[in-house]
Amino acid sequence: MEEYSVIELLVNNHPGVTSHVVGLFSRRAFNLEGVIGTRIGSGATSKIYLLVKNDDRLDQIVKQLKKLYDVIEVAIHSETECTIFNNVKEI
Amino acid sequence: MRMSGADITIKLLENQGIKVIAGIPGGGNLPLYDALYKSNIKHVLARHEQGAAFIAQGIARTTGKAAVCFATSGPGATNLLTAIADAKLDSVPMVAITGQVPFLLVGTDAFQEVDTYGLTVPITKHNFFVRSIEELFTVIPEAFRYAECGRPGPVVIDIPKNLQSEMYEFEGFPKLEDIDEYVEPVNIHFLKEAAEYINSSKKPVLYIGGGIPIAQGEELIRKLSEKSNIPVATTLMGLGSFPLDNPLYLGMLGMHGARYTNILLEEADLLLAFGVRFDDRATGNVGKFCPRAKIIHIDIDEAEIGKIKKVDLSIQGDINKVLEDLIPLIEENSRKAWVEEIRTKKMELPFVLPDKKDYYHPLNIIKMVSEMSGNAIVTTDVGQHQMWTAQVYPVKEPRTFLTSGGLGTMGFGLPAAIGAAIAMPDRMVICFAGDGSLLMNIQELATLADLGLNVKIIVMNNGHLGLVRQQQQMFYHEHYMACKFQTDPDFAMIAEGFKIKGYTLSRDINPEETLKKILLEKGPALINVPINQFENVFPIVPPGAGNTEMVGGE
Repeated sequence: MEEYSVIELLVNNHPGVTSHVVGLFSRRAFNLEGVIGTRIGSGATSKIYLLVKNDDRLDQIVKQLKKLYDVIEVAIHSETECTIFNNVKEI
Repeated sequence: MRMSGADITIKLLENQGIKVIAGIPGGGNLPLYDALYKSNIKHVLARHEQGAAFIAQGIARTTGKAAVCFATSGPGATNLLTAIADAKLDSVPMVAITGQVPFLLVGTDAFQEVDTYGLTVPITKHNFFVRSIEELFTVIPEAFRYAECGRPGPVVIDIPKNLQSEMYEFEGFPKLEDIDEYVEPVNIHFLKEAAEYINSSKKPVLYIGGGIPIAQGEELIRKLSEKSNIPVATTLMGLGSFPLDNPLYLGMLGMHGARYTNILLEEADLLLAFGVRFDDRATGNVGKFCPRAKIIHIDIDEAEIGKIKKVDLSIQGDINKVLEDLIPLIEENSRKAWVEEIRTKKMELPFVLPDKKDYYHPLNIIKMVSEMSGNAIVTTDVGQHQMWTAQVYPVKEPRTFLTSGGLGTMGFGLPAAIGAAIAMPDRMVICFAGDGSLLMNIQELATLADLGLNVKIIVMNNGHLGLVRQQQQMFYHEHYMACKFQTDPDFAMIAEGFKIKGYTLSRDINPEETLKKILLEKGPALINVPINQFENVFPIVPPGAGNTEMVGGE
């Protein structure tokens, strides 16, 4: 298994969504190695990508993310499937 | 139609069926109060915003419906925080509406500005910062729906003052629709598997918690238990969800549970964890909890499943829906050997009561009060008195024992009792308090006096932070540090100062007659009960130990 996974979130786009998402990681003592986010389409929604360690807490992280009011969809990818963070490293 | 944002807000609250709001006005929410002036909603003026939020909690915990509290911006909002966090941990539906500085001043460190939205992110189920009057029409009904749906919790709505004052032109109020939420049918495969576990188990135990009273699942729990002779242990939050006189009732488990309860759980080969979250006060050292048992966990909150303990089978869903489908699959079973073992263990390892002549033993006081209080609703503060009450007060119905379980907030009892009495004006409300806890929200005696509610406050007065003292005695080499109060306030006189009848029981006589007289007289009263300063709560599971490693209570 790869060391990291990428969580892809579709969220409502308003100021405050990021603090809900990122705050979850600090207050539940989950690890968070990277964050990328941007508005998409008309601007009603955003995409947030989270780089997280692949440990036994991943399942709990995903469940907690699903509970957030503004989170519409949660998907998990391996780092090889979703290379978005690699691109950042190159910049 | 043309109305101000504040008028719209209050009208939307009326449409939600809100009859009472507890709160305190201030600069940031004055337009809302101006709108309340014209409304039929009754406002209860608390003396501290934390009191207001606990009053709302008292209403919500007794009725199961979301209740509302108001606070102004800045300190008003920060004063709410403890009670909001408390509601989050005990899954209490509450809508807190805070005033905020005008939108143009947000972020400028304006007078009484604080980032209410940011502060309440981690302690709410969800929170809203309203950015336009138009949003009020969706945010307010949505806040109520969301506070009550699934696993309930607190919702904060922060409304800048300019939006409260500004006029808005609109067509009409949206009709409140009953949204039937789509509920996925319970997976039949899981149900069959669960039934198989139960039917083949020799020693099953039901471990039920706060989810049961919230879902009003007590009836089906009883059916399941009786059909298959499964004993029932409850958490602090589940008290009142199973008939006390049923031989299958095991009482409260965990840190201050009875010996037989924790020992029987150790024996279990199957644990039915329904509407619980494996809190450490219930499980003790979780690695040592029910070591022989397979576990079936049912909860409406998917994130609770597997959070603390890996389980063998889990079902996410409404407990009533699950049980409706599950019970027909369960075989009737007399479980003679298990029922006999329960009967024997209860006799061998009983909950030890003090000598009845020891009138001022807190357990005797609580039992005595319970015999006089009829169908009273009980609230507690937090500490030894809370555990003693949980141990021996016979809680006969769900939603009649209100206690701060998850957050353990001292100061909860009095304002929660006021809320309960507002919600249930025909019932007496008993608040068991400690002399430490009561002082944390004593100002609400003024609110109680305003309303003249039938709330009886019983102060178990040991002159200490009793549970701290007990832990220092037992686990910190009797290094008593900051647990003894230097002065002994005259609580009866304090009550009288608030224009509430105050009494102090005298230690040398049987208090029964006096107590009866005070309790039967309608209206608020405070009864100061001097108890032994060094009384401990037993049994106790030491921190880090398994539930069977109880100390005391033998």
